[in-house]
Amino acid sequence: MTTTTTATGTDEVVLEASRVTLRFGGLTSLSEVSLRMRRGEVLAVIGPNGAGKTSLFNSLTGFYHPQEGRVTLRDESGATHELIGRKPHSVNRLGVARTFQNIRLFGALTALENVKVAAETRERSGPLGIALGLPHTRRADRASGERAEQLLEFVGLAARRYERAGSLSYGDQRRLEIARALATGPRVLLLDEPAAGTNPTEKLELTALIRRINRELGVGVLLIEHDMRLVMSVADRVAVLNFGRVIAEGTPAEIQRDPAVVEAYLGAEAAQPDPEEVER
Amino acid sequence: MSAVIEQRTERPAKAVSAVVVAGLRRERWYRQPRLRRLGALLAAGLLLAVMTGEQGNGKDLLYSLRGTLASGRLWVCLGLGVVAWVLAETGAPLRAAAVRLLAPVTAPIARGGELAVRRRGVRVTAALVGLALAVFVPLALSRATNQVLVDWVGIYILLALGLNVVIGWAGLLDLGFVAFFAIGGYSAAFWTGHLPVKPPFELNPFLVIPVAMATCLIAGVLLGGPTLRLRGDYLAIVTLGFHEIIYLVAKNSDGLTNGSLGVFGIPHFSVGLGPVQYRWKLDPLDYWWLLLGLIVLAVLVLRRLEHSKVGRTWAAIREDEVAAAAHGVDTVKYKLMAFAIGASTSGAAGVVYASKVGFINPENFPLLYSVLVLAYVIFGGMGSIPGVLLGAGLLAWLPHALKDVVDQKDRFMYMGALLVVMMIYRPQGLLPARRRRRGEPTPARSSVQTGDAQ
Ligand SMILES: Nc1ncnc2c1ncn2[C@@H]1O[C@H](COP(=O)(O)OP(=O)(O)OP(=O)(O)O)[C@@H](O)[C@H]1O
Ligand SMILES: [Mg+2]
Repeated sequence: MTTTTTATGTDEVVLEASRVTLRFGGLTSLSEVSLRMRRGEVLAVIGPNGAGKTSLFNSLTGFYHPQEGRVTLRDESGATHELIGRKPHSVNRLGVARTFQNIRLFGALTALENVKVAAETRERSGPLGIALGLPHTRRADRASGERAEQLLEFVGLAARRYERAGSLSYGDQRRLEIARALATGPRVLLLDEPAAGTNPTEKLELTALIRRINRELGVGVLLIEHDMRLVMSVADRVAVLNFGRVIAEGTPAEIQRDPAVVEAYLGAEAAQPDPEEVER
Repeated sequence: MSAVIEQRTERPAKAVSAVVVAGLRRERWYRQPRLRRLGALLAAGLLLAVMTGEQGNGKDLLYSLRGTLASGRLWVCLGLGVVAWVLAETGAPLRAAAVRLLAPVTAPIARGGELAVRRRGVRVTAALVGLALAVFVPLALSRATNQVLVDWVGIYILLALGLNVVIGWAGLLDLGFVAFFAIGGYSAAFWTGHLPVKPPFELNPFLVIPVAMATCLIAGVLLGGPTLRLRGDYLAIVTLGFHEIIYLVAKNSDGLTNGSLGVFGIPHFSVGLGPVQYRWKLDPLDYWWLLLGLIVLAVLVLRRLEHSKVGRTWAAIREDEVAAAAHGVDTVKYKLMAFAIGASTSGAAGVVYASKVGFINPENFPLLYSVLVLAYVIFGGMGSIPGVLLGAGLLAWLPHALKDVVDQKDRFMYMGALLVVMMIYRPQGLLPARRRRRGEPTPARSSVQTGDAQ
């Protein structure tokens, strides 16, 4: 595991979205969203259900194609790449990795294989070399296997490496998704509600893990999370999304005091019918 | 249904509704599991009576059934059903005793099986023993039997190995697989100079194999390129169309393929390298060994692929295409690769077939064969090479094994029944693959284009 610190340091802007607008027919799920994230920071995106957080992730990773705006990624050499219009796999190859809100592991593969598949997308070996058993394909295979083992160790799943991903506990599956995303060697990691469905102990471990990903691996983290305690303890900056717009941005302390944010959350809560009301 | 009724009955007086609900909840007498089992066994008895009875009559559809109902055999068969039921219902203590008695025998076998799966040495030994049997046993068999071994078993095992890459590993439903078999066959005809269109130079069938494989590879890429973006079920229809196109071209373009007359005189394989001179002739044994060689080669190559980056990536795409793409997998490229590898295996089988039989026509490549190969793969265990070898071997052999046992016309009906029973009780196949979830024979669930990445 190497800690890469480039000459530009951790303050460089790695990912920038400017005035991104995404529409589905008449529904505007993102309107003029602008975000800047630096390599050395954990940026959290919060907002009520349906605010457009996942849509933002999908727009950043090539799954959705926003009608307007730009998303640029700065690579190691300092060159910038436009991400909108690229296919998901090519966005990932530029250095953006993600996890999914509804866990999407390769259920029938083992934990190790899940991570290895992701690590191997960077190997050059092709079917012919493999069929002939060329030495460089064997080396590549061993290298990605070792890398996968290290990453499982890093997220604390080394003991579960030969278990089928589909049979792991919820918390372990979330961590495996993170290890798999890290295996592609990203500059930016997008985590979509990594704490959803995990217990308090696992939440604490996750907080520590996110910090280590940011500090030790030097990977910028963009985090969607509903658990405010986790967000406030791990995020350097927070952006608040409501109805597809960024309504506030700042440090966790600033965000907690922001009247617009309080309003958005209270408004969302007031709009939601009281569950007991429905029963009666 | 009953939930709706229950809700509605909640409104009137509580006492009445409680009675009604209780009534609805109570099982109908004929729904009792015991009686249902009796019913099933009686039905099986009736089926047995019909099956062992007189052959049906095409003009009078109920002829066989009527004959059965009038015969005494019916009562014997129904009686057997009842006896089986009584044994099943009351035999639990008996069965337990039998299991206990047999435990010393069965337990080591089960444990041995488990060991075999785990230990590499055991697996290799089993493979070598199987290979030795495959090489030497046909020496003791009749010529007619060997004919079947080549024309059906050998060819279909090769086809099934190819299709397994496409459906078992990459999870792509390809219903037009035999089109590539046809392309292989016609390649053999073309490159040996037996089509109306002549090749620039003629080739020995051995050399046609790589050429035909390359042709099928290209055909696979040409077909797959624009269509592999489609989701499983749409892809199946496209491949169906592809088969139809190839079939109709072979049948109708007289100037190219000689139309429905077919092609005659495709030469046998031969080797002529200095001192090594050999000609394959009509003897099926020669061809059996040739096929065996090709099968071994295919298995060695495919096994390597399965346990490599390529095999893992196919499995990832099959499991979750969206997640695979999000981790840098060029899904279209890998699907194309699977398609092309499957197609070229099929093409090689086509060359051997054409050269062995010596004449081909479009009717050698009906859609049914694609479906058969698919059935063999699923029967053996999608994604598992030993499973596919066993499944294709057994099923391709079955109709001929039944030839002397049941009526000629009924042979494929028994195979159909076997498939139905198999899919109900063991959908994962004879020797299921480790990398597949139990009983989930579905092709790729979603595509990057349509699935939203939540
Ligand atoms: N593929 C799609 N087609 C149509 N509408 C979509 C699509 N994806 C998202 N939307 C809409 O965009 C809006 C934002 O959805 P999104 O999933 O981004 O919300 P979210 O902030 O992630 O919510 P949650 O906290 O529930 O995950 C919603 O109104 C949703 O219905
Ligand atoms: Mg979401």
